[in-house]
Amino acid sequence: MARAVTAQRKTLNTILAWAVALLIAFPIIWTVLTSFKPEPQAVASPPIWFGFDWTVKNYVDVQNQRNYFDYFLNSVIIALGSTALGILIAIPAAWSMAFVPGRKVRDLLMWMLSTKMMPAVAVLTPIYLIFIWLGLLDTRIGLVVVIMLINLPIIVWMLYTYFREIPGEILEAARMDGASLWNEIRYVLTPMAVPGIASTVLLNIILAWNEAFWTIVLTTTDAAPLTKFISGFSSPQGLFYAKLSAASTMAIAPILIMGWFSQRQLVRGLTFGAVK
Amino acid sequence: MGEITLRNVSKSFGTTTVIPDIDLEIANGEFVVFVGPSGCGKSTLLRLIAGLEDVSGGTIAIDGRDVTREAPAKRGLAMVFQSYALYPHMSVRNNIAFPLKMAGEDKAVIDKKVNDAARVLNLTDYLDRRPGQLSGGQRQRVAIGRAIVRQPAAFLFDEPLSNLDAALRGTMRLEISELHQRLAKTMIYVTHDQVEAMTMADKIVVLNAGKVEQVGSPLDLYRFPRNLFVAGFIGSPRMNLVSGEPAARRGAAMMGARPEHIRISRENGEWPGTVGVAEHLGADTFLHVHTDAAGTVTVRADGEVALNHGDRVFLSPDPAKIHLFGADGLATPRSAPAMQGAAH
Repeated sequence: MARAVTAQRKTLNTILAWAVALLIAFPIIWTVLTSFKPEPQAVASPPIWFGFDWTVKNYVDVQNQRNYFDYFLNSVIIALGSTALGILIAIPAAWSMAFVPGRKVRDLLMWMLSTKMMPAVAVLTPIYLIFIWLGLLDTRIGLVVVIMLINLPIIVWMLYTYFREIPGEILEAARMDGASLWNEIRYVLTPMAVPGIASTVLLNIILAWNEAFWTIVLTTTDAAPLTKFISGFSSPQGLFYAKLSAASTMAIAPILIMGWFSQRQLVRGLTFGAVK
Repeated sequence: MGEITLRNVSKSFGTTTVIPDIDLEIANGEFVVFVGPSGCGKSTLLRLIAGLEDVSGGTIAIDGRDVTREAPAKRGLAMVFQSYALYPHMSVRNNIAFPLKMAGEDKAVIDKKVNDAARVLNLTDYLDRRPGQLSGGQRQRVAIGRAIVRQPAAFLFDEPLSNLDAALRGTMRLEISELHQRLAKTMIYVTHDQVEAMTMADKIVVLNAGKVEQVGSPLDLYRFPRNLFVAGFIGSPRMNLVSGEPAARRGAAMMGARPEHIRISRENGEWPGTVGVAEHLGADTFLHVHTDAAGTVTVRADGEVALNHGDRVFLSPDPAKIHLFGADGLATPRSAPAMQGAAH
């Protein structure tokens, strides 16, 4: 029997959905609003929701104190670089796990995932020391590698799941047709896995963009991305909520815009394989 | 050339032995069918020949060259898969061209060969479509096209028609047979459908539990099945296998009589019985007769025969065409039942 959905129930569901969405989006909305308030009104209690004196002074101040675009460029390089490197390593790894699995593939995948459950701070000291020895502190290449390693388990897992959906016979056909391993991956597997690879790339860019522990700890100025940009406004001159909010808004805007335009691809990718 | 020789080939997956030990000779240009029930190892055997699985023991040679350790592409074979295994993101043209592209052929040569193959397979109008826009039969033809452009030493078919409906299966069966006549290349064809095996093969290899039960021409297997398994597997409807008194009287543990080799009469005969079900197919009538002496016996009678459920009849197996089997399941030489029949 089909479940009847009455008009009343539909309205109720809509209201509930909007309420939940607003609740989730509230911190972001609040940040954006605060970024347009004069500093005294930003800390007013009770808060002034809309009736404040709208200003863009915070943005101008923030930009005058630190050049936003230096940080933005670093964020872009770290997010894209770590994603590209991760995908290059993960495609062959996921291919071998999906199509020529050994007996311990499940264990290996679980072990990879378990590294995500470890608190990052637990390996702070060794990684920090390694960075000092290798001269990687405050370098883009160092951050690209670390962020790639942190997200690699997720990339491998996602690609493994997508690859498992591709019928093995098609790859065998490619082998019979004379395709080398490289050509099999290049001409057959990768084009067929494009939706999955695309959503993996998108998700990984978001994760790398938002990563705030290692990027803050391992950089000072040269390689500092937008996370460092935000944190730079949180302490030195006391708490300036409006400026901090302006910095945060500037930092999250690019990724929000990217997420907005790619949401269809993201959702399709993340539910790939759930329904045939 | 396309001569394939298997020597002591075995295959195990972990502790499970799928193929214990197989020797097989396939001559150049032969159409060989591997037939057997599900799980008998026929697809595995084909995949071993293709190189998609590694043998656990033994050697495989193609035209005298040992290819046991060679990669699939190096063996000069082409394969058509049950699921067609077309590349869904490529047009029909690119699907057929793929093996040529991998072989590094010139663009002009590729175009010519693809167009030739498309013409042979009636695919010219579909070259720019994607596989998803084709019917099952067309997809199968694309898969065959992809196989023939490489001009392989031999073709391997892994149950290529089992995803098609009955009518299309009949047509494609003819097309593949015709292709074999035209190309005169070795073809190895795996199927569980003994009608396909009988109609297409020069040589049938009957497999059961990873072992070769018998190798021979379709009519050889039909006339002289080596054992009970082959006797029961080849022929449709199945051979009637009768134990007990009728077999004992002929000095065997089991006797077999094909439905078309049993005479049916209203007046007299060896086994009295009652018609259970009469299947009138037009050209033939299949009668399922319940007898006391031989259990339920299937008889193929003339299409015009006017017998129906409940009719009393007498059945007599044709003495010249009876098959006798010992307690070990092996057939006793065919001359014996004929002589015994004559002695009666």
